[in-house]
Amino acid sequence: MNEAEIKALVAEVLGGIAPEADLGTLGDDEDMRLALDLDSMDFLNMVVGLHERTGVDVPEADYPKLFTLAGIVEYFQ
Amino acid sequence: MPSLGADMESAILVEWSVKPGDTLRRGDIIGVVETEKGAIEIEVFEDCVVEELVVAVGTEVKVDGVLARLRGTREAAAPATAPARPAVVPPPAAPPAAAPREPVPRAVPPLPSTRVRASPAARREAKARGIALDGLTGSGVYGAVCLADVARAAAAAPARKPRGGFDPAAMRRAIGNAMSRSKREIPHYYLTQSISLGAALAWLARENESRPVTERLLPAALLLKATALALARVPALNGFFTDGEFVAGKGIHIGWAVSLRGGGLIAPALHDADRLSLTALMAKLRDLVQRARTGGLRSSEMMDPTITVTSLGERSAEAVLPIIYPPQVAVIGFGSVNERPWVDAGRVAPQPVVVATLGADHRVSDGHRGGQLLAEIDHHLQHPEAL
Repeated sequence: MNEAEIKALVAEVLGGIAPEADLGTLGDDEDMRLALDLDSMDFLNMVVGLHERTGVDVPEADYPKLFTLAGIVEYFQ
Repeated sequence: MPSLGADMESAILVEWSVKPGDTLRRGDIIGVVETEKGAIEIEVFEDCVVEELVVAVGTEVKVDGVLARLRGTREAAAPATAPARPAVVPPPAAPPAAAPREPVPRAVPPLPSTRVRASPAARREAKARGIALDGLTGSGVYGAVCLADVARAAAAAPARKPRGGFDPAAMRRAIGNAMSRSKREIPHYYLTQSISLGAALAWLARENESRPVTERLLPAALLLKATALALARVPALNGFFTDGEFVAGKGIHIGWAVSLRGGGLIAPALHDADRLSLTALMAKLRDLVQRARTGGLRSSEMMDPTITVTSLGERSAEAVLPIIYPPQVAVIGFGSVNERPWVDAGRVAPQPVVVATLGADHRVSDGHRGGQLLAEIDHHLQHPEAL
């Protein structure tokens, strides 16, 4: 997947978890948990959502790499 | 119309899921009502046949008002001239004697197929803008219609006159009413206890290493299970204060406080939490939070929590002094988890620490009993492998 595809995927997954959140204002290096007010349940659901669409099973130890949009792009590329 | 919480006075019928002549089993959905806290699916509490749907969709009905007339399937059909039996949907404090609500393990309820799922915020916005939800494609969890879907539809459609009645402060007012009643009537006492989560979180990290992402546990599941097991040992804090006396809860049904995006709070029940495995509890918790946010809660989840637990989660305050949700007699709070100096066997070492708090009703218990409950929660969290 390229960067644009991954970002579109994240937007799709987050749209189901935090529909009221405005992804347009989210910076690549911003901590999404803070910027979008995601709690640990929301974050887990995001990881599950990414897993269901990509087949990638992210170990819990790697969660901190997924806190930013840039981190997710790097991880799934 | 069942009371779906101490703060509810009435609700609007938004859908009938059945028609006269239909046979229903206990737990089946008969219809959906719109409350200040979103849409709730109404269940029937015994096997029955629908005789008459009394009110039309769109009608506002007060609590205890008749929605429908049902006939128990164990009764003979009523003679045509006899008045039909009143609705079996019971008021909250007095379930019909014929249908004891003994706790039974419940499967995750199937998703209803007929009703449009929508978040409370989307429902309000659609109502305010006069947009029909069933014409929209949902992009949310379970295909629920989200605020963004409504906004898209609103942008695409020519402006229409709002149907009115939209009150963004309704939920806040409902919470205010319930909490005012609580502060007015309930003599609260408060206890707090710092609990080391070192053992629990280390066990959790090891456990999650071997679990697929879909079955991973959150610390919240451990806090919930520890609380449920503690309540089984200290049942005096699990139940209701009604008609001047304590009535013990039949089962440990923990109301889990879920903050709704866009504001507000709702605390639906996780039934028989003490009897569920951590895996099952976690699955139920995820399902419950998602349904709370997409308007798919069921009446039984709103009617029978025997205690409330509120967990602030990360990036929040380190302790909460919570207010009891009447007619419950206790509420338990967990603050955020923070690294703190901790003394163990004469040595100071950093440990993840959570502050557990109890707000309890002095008409029912005292600090001694309350302290036992917090000590039990602490004890269970030191032995996570046994949760």
